[in-house]
Amino acid sequence: MWIESTIAVKFMRQGRTQTALIMVGISVGVAVIVFITALILGLQSNIIARTLGTQSHIRVQPPDEKNIITPSREGSVALVTEDKRAQRLRSILNWQDVRDTLDTLPEIKAVSPVVSGPAFARKGEVFKSISILGIDPPRYEKIIPISTDIVSGKFKVGAGDAVIGKILADDLGLGAGNKLRIESGDGRAAVVTVAGIFEIGVRDLDARFVYVDLKQAQSLLGLYGGINLIDLTVRDLFAAEATANRISRLTGLKAESWMQTNAQLVNALASQSLSTSIITFFVALSVAFGIASVLAISVTQRTREIGILRAMGIRRSQILQVFLLQGGILGLIGSAVGASFGYALVMVFNQFGPKLFYIDVPSYLIGGATAVATVVGILAALAPAWRASRLDPVQAIRYV
Amino acid sequence: MSDATAPVLSLVDVRKSYNIGSPNEVEILHGINLTVQERDFSALVGPSGSGKSTLLNIIGLLDQPTSGELYILGQPTREMEDEARTALRGDTIGFVFQFHHLIQAFTALENVLMPLMIKGGKPKPEFVERAKNLLSEVGLGDHLNKKPDELSGGQQQRVAIARALITRPALLLADEPTGNLDTKTAAEIFALFRKFNQLFGCAVLLVTHDARLSTTCDRTITLVDGQTV
Repeated sequence: MWIESTIAVKFMRQGRTQTALIMVGISVGVAVIVFITALILGLQSNIIARTLGTQSHIRVQPPDEKNIITPSREGSVALVTEDKRAQRLRSILNWQDVRDTLDTLPEIKAVSPVVSGPAFARKGEVFKSISILGIDPPRYEKIIPISTDIVSGKFKVGAGDAVIGKILADDLGLGAGNKLRIESGDGRAAVVTVAGIFEIGVRDLDARFVYVDLKQAQSLLGLYGGINLIDLTVRDLFAAEATANRISRLTGLKAESWMQTNAQLVNALASQSLSTSIITFFVALSVAFGIASVLAISVTQRTREIGILRAMGIRRSQILQVFLLQGGILGLIGSAVGASFGYALVMVFNQFGPKLFYIDVPSYLIGGATAVATVVGILAALAPAWRASRLDPVQAIRYV
Repeated sequence: MSDATAPVLSLVDVRKSYNIGSPNEVEILHGINLTVQERDFSALVGPSGSGKSTLLNIIGLLDQPTSGELYILGQPTREMEDEARTALRGDTIGFVFQFHHLIQAFTALENVLMPLMIKGGKPKPEFVERAKNLLSEVGLGDHLNKKPDELSGGQQQRVAIARALITRPALLLADEPTGNLDTKTAAEIFALFRKFNQLFGCAVLLVTHDARLSTTCDRTITLVDGQTV
């Protein structure tokens, strides 16, 4: 391989201008690929983080209650008028078992049983509609880390303590340490102490969420000993739908993934990924054609030299390697420069751009782009290299 | 395998046709019989279009005869695969062309080393030494690291001769090696062939137009209309 690579490098150095121009072309192409891909990946992970920062990946709920209609006897026709049933707050049956089973599934990262239902918060004459969330804090924190969003007081639920949203606190004029009366239907009520105030940044949640412990929520909502919701996070975000289906089959419960509740977002993400792939494909294609055309010209220019090398005993396979190597070297160096340039562009964007979010450049992107460009370079060199290796030495030497 | 007692080159009824099978099929060489022994110093002469270059290309294993057999050091070559022909060519034959044909990207020294590098990769120190000696022999000891475009035509042809000799070939073929040079330089180049013929014992076969030079050869092979006369 020594002589082949030596000839390849010398040829490229001799055709400096050509080499430099195509290198610039490859670099720009790879830089565009790296920048666009990093930008889209950053954008997507930012959107996902924002969306899923305040919700679980999968919610498991009791199945909907349905009317059971007795089938009509054979030979008779039944006229049925059916009103769909209102969905009561119901507990998940044997929820401790369900929780323990979910804990054992390898694709699930965290499991948190929740008691959730509507209520009113009252201070003096003011009523506000709220959502009560009865949680087991260590488990719930693995799903949504509320303690990092506390702006006043501390994250503490249980023993009459509650944590409420910033907007609700402002609306009711509450601060940490104040008392708050919660009233749910059927005359159930409790007075709790506001231990902490959180601000997630999502208006609806900051205005409505009141965290208490499981027991308090159970007694407020009349679900003694029960829970009506299990929140889950999964290891592979985009496998959430499959995991949800599996849980449904396993438990007979209703399991909804974030992909189902945010179908439009998933659609948008998929379209973005597709458009990135299309851009990458066409840029790679034009880079490949660039390399192929430069090498094709080089083969024509060096026809006579190829003939002489053949006369001196170089084998066809060696000539093939000389040109494949040139393609590979062009791809490798061009893409290494391009990837660095793309990385620099991302850093400039992070530093001087709109600063809405930080773009990370994953190392596999740099490595991948370089590897792909090298392979593309070799593939692009195939046709010219093949032509060079097939040159008839007699014709080639006479070639002027 | 090569046979030490066999002639360097032997042609038996070698014919070459072009456009075979088409109405304008034309036979260029009509049954050439030729033997070249070790140390032979022969000139191949003949008018333009007599088939000199075609014959030289066949002898140099760059082209194949349509029929007949060509033996290099006793080895028949007609049935050889391209790889084997290429290897035999690299091992036993040195070429010098009319237009020196150096590889422009390499220095004079590297050009001379090229046949060895093609065969064995990075050259051993003794090979580099051999190449330097050869370049000194052709009078270019001070131009080792010059690129071809920094050398005159005569100097480039000297490099080409050194390159043809680096593998110590049994047969040195030259196609109008002086055709592109002035008379004085041509005589010097010719003298170099003679010198190496005596020094290394390699057989030399020169195609030339120059009648004066051909008369100084030990033997003159004349080709007329594709036949030796």
